[in-house]
Amino acid sequence: MMDILLTNAKLIDPEAGGVTFGALAVRDGKIAAIITDDSPLPAARETIDCNRKHLAPGIVDIGVKVCEPGERHKESFGTAGLAAAAGGVTTMVTRPDTDPAIDNPETLEFVIRRAREAAPVNVLPMAALTKGRQGREMTEIGFLLDAGAVAFTDCDHVVTDSKVLGRALAYARSLGALVLGHPQDPGLSAGAAATSGKFASLRGLPAVSPMAERMGLDRDIAMIEMTGARYHADQITAARALPPLERAKQNGFDITAGTSIHHLTLNALDVADYRTFFKLKPPLRDEEDRLAIAEAVQTGLIDVISSMHTPQDEESKRLPFEAAASGAVALETLLPAAMQLFHAGSIDLPTLWRAMSLNPAKRLGLPSGRLAIGAPADLVVFDPHAPFVMDRTMLHSKSRNTPFDGARMQGKVIATYVAGAPVYQRS
Amino acid sequence: MTFTHRHLLGIEHLRPEEIVTLLDLADDYVTLNRAAEKHGAALAGLTQINMFFENSTRTQASFELAGKRLGADVMNMAMQASSITKGETLIDTAMTLNAMHPDLLVVRHPHSGAVDLLAQKVNCAVLNAGDGRHEHPTQALLDALTIRRAKGRLHRLNIAICGDIAHSRVARSNIILLGKMENRIRLIGPPTLMPAGINEFGVEVYDNMQKGLDDVDVVMMLRLQRERMDGGFIPSEREYYHRFGLDADKLAHAKPDAIVMHPGPMNRGVEIDGTLADDINRSVIQDQVEMGVAVRMAAMDLLARNLRTVRGAA
Repeated sequence: MMDILLTNAKLIDPEAGGVTFGALAVRDGKIAAIITDDSPLPAARETIDCNRKHLAPGIVDIGVKVCEPGERHKESFGTAGLAAAAGGVTTMVTRPDTDPAIDNPETLEFVIRRAREAAPVNVLPMAALTKGRQGREMTEIGFLLDAGAVAFTDCDHVVTDSKVLGRALAYARSLGALVLGHPQDPGLSAGAAATSGKFASLRGLPAVSPMAERMGLDRDIAMIEMTGARYHADQITAARALPPLERAKQNGFDITAGTSIHHLTLNALDVADYRTFFKLKPPLRDEEDRLAIAEAVQTGLIDVISSMHTPQDEESKRLPFEAAASGAVALETLLPAAMQLFHAGSIDLPTLWRAMSLNPAKRLGLPSGRLAIGAPADLVVFDPHAPFVMDRTMLHSKSRNTPFDGARMQGKVIATYVAGAPVYQRS
Repeated sequence: MTFTHRHLLGIEHLRPEEIVTLLDLADDYVTLNRAAEKHGAALAGLTQINMFFENSTRTQASFELAGKRLGADVMNMAMQASSITKGETLIDTAMTLNAMHPDLLVVRHPHSGAVDLLAQKVNCAVLNAGDGRHEHPTQALLDALTIRRAKGRLHRLNIAICGDIAHSRVARSNIILLGKMENRIRLIGPPTLMPAGINEFGVEVYDNMQKGLDDVDVVMMLRLQRERMDGGFIPSEREYYHRFGLDADKLAHAKPDAIVMHPGPMNRGVEIDGTLADDINRSVIQDQVEMGVAVRMAAMDLLARNLRTVRGAA
C-alpha cells in the first residue's frame, strides 16, 4: 500500500532528460514507483489527480540567505521556509554571510536547530571558509563538517590573500569538502554599483568591467589546479568568463559553476531610473552576456541555477542607487522566472530541472533532485503556463525586494512535497 | 507652451524645442538682469528651498539670486551639516521638507540618481543642481546660452570638451544637450578620465589635445575634480598641465574665433592657463556666470507656470 499516488502528471525527469505522462507513488517519504505505461496503478491511501500539470523534483537552491542570526527582521527560517515551499524549493542550502558569520560549530548548531524548528523544507547550511569571512584564517572546517556544514564559502567576500585561500583549499580537499568561490577581482569591483558601459556612464554610476569576473575565475582556477580542491563558482554572469570555465572542465578539474536566476532573466538596462531592487552583486550584465549565460546553462557548461535569495528591508533599498544595499529575494519567483526561459525557447524543462535540482543535489552528494525510485519524495507540482501579475506584497518572505514586482509572469506552483508530506498547496 | 515638465532632473528628458523655449526665456532675463530695476514677479508668493548635500558656493548663490529676483521666498539649507550626521535618510528629509509646502526644491547630492529619488517623494517642482556624476542640467543650459549668444547659433558647431569627463556631471549634461542640438562633439582627455562605453555616445574621442582642438569653435574646459579621485588617475598635475592644460599654444589649433569656457571654479595652472582664462577676447567664463542666473530664472519660471497650471486644474 502506497502513501500517496500522484496521477495524471507530466513527469519531468532531469536525469533521463524527458517529459513523460504518468503517475508517481510515494511510500515512507520516498519515491516508490513511477508508472509511465499502461500497467495498473498501485493502491494508495491518498490519490491526487495532477490534472495534466507538471510534476518535477523539488528545487535544491544553493545560496539562500536566511538572516538568522543577526537580522531576523529581514528574514527568518520560518518565513524563508514558507517562501521556499510556495516556490517549489524543497532544499535550501543557506549562506553563512549572516551577522555574525556562521564560522564556528556553535553558531552552526544554532542555525540547524532554528531551521529544524521553523522551516517546513530541508535546510542544509554552508559555513564560512575563513573566520569572520575576513580572509585571514581558515575556519574549523573539520568540526563544521561534522556539525553538518555541506559546503564552505565566504560568499561575496573574496579571499584576496592567495596564500590563505591556497591553504584553506588544500585543507578542505583533505576532508573532501566543497568550497564555493565568488569569482570577482576585488580591486576592480570595489565600490561598483553597475556593469561598466554606456548605460552606467550615462547614469553616472560607479561601474565594474565584467572582466573582473573572468580575472577572479582565472585566479580561482589556478588555485584549484594547485590544490586539487572541489570547487563551485557561485555565480558566473559574464560571457567572458565562459571560455576559462570550459577549459578548466576539459582539464578535468573538480569544478562546477552556478548562475543566478536574475542574471538569466534581466539585464543592466532594467535598472532604468535607478531602481534599487535591480541592484545585485555582481551587477546585472548586458543582454549579450545574459544570452551567453542562458546558452551555457542549456549546454551544461553552467551546472546550477540559484535564486541567490538575498532579503533586504525597505530602508536599505530606499536610498540613492550607489548607497542602496545589493540583492533580491527570489525563492518564490525562481520557478516563474525560470519559466520565462522555457517559454522563450532558450532552456527546456528537463535542462532547467537539471540545473535547479539534479546538479545541485549531485554536487552536494544528496539523494534528492531526481525522479528515481528510492529518492526522497521532494516534489513540486506546477503549471508552467498559468499567468499572473507578480505582486510583491503577496510574498511570504519578510523582505519583499523583488525586481519582478508588477511583472507579468507565467508558472504557478500548485503543491510542494517534502519527504512525501505536503508543505504547500495553492488555495 | 512647449515646456511641460514637472521637474528639471536632467537634459536627457528635454526635447530640442523645449531647450530652445527655455533659452529664449533666459535671453529675456539677461535683459532684465542688466537693467537697473531687476525685479520680476514670476515666482511671487512661492517658496524655494535650496538643499545642498554637497558644498557649493557658486551654484547655490546663482539659484538664490535667481529666485529672489523673481520674487520667491528663498531658504538655503546646508544639508551636510545637519540631518545627514544624525542618520536621517534622504527620503525622511524630503518628507519633512515636503510637509513645509515648498514650491521649488533645488537639490545637489553626491550620489547619482539621488535627486530623481527625491523627486518621486515630494509634491513640488524639483531642480537638479547636480547629482553625483550623473547630470547638472542648469550648467549645460547656461553653457548653451553662452554659446548661442557668442556664436549666434547652437547647431553645427565643433565643440571640444576637455579634461575629466569620467567624473563630470557637467560633461554628461553637455554631451547630451549639444548632441540633441546637432553639434559635433569631441572629448579630449587621458583614457583614465574617459567613462566606459564612450564609443557609443556618438562623440569623437582624442587623447591628443592639439589634434582634438583642430578647427573647433568652442573649447569647454572641465575642472580636474581632484576631490572625487580615488587616486592615481593621472601621474602628476604638472604632466597633466603639460598634456591637457589649455594654454595659448594649444588654443592656436582651434579656430581663430574659438571661445574658451569653464564651469568654475578653476584650477589655474592645472587645467587652464591663468592669463588665457582672463583674456576677454577668448574667454567667456564670466559670461557663463551671468547666463547662469538668467537660465535658472527661466527654468524656475517655466516649472512654476506648470505647477500653477496643475494646481489650477486640481
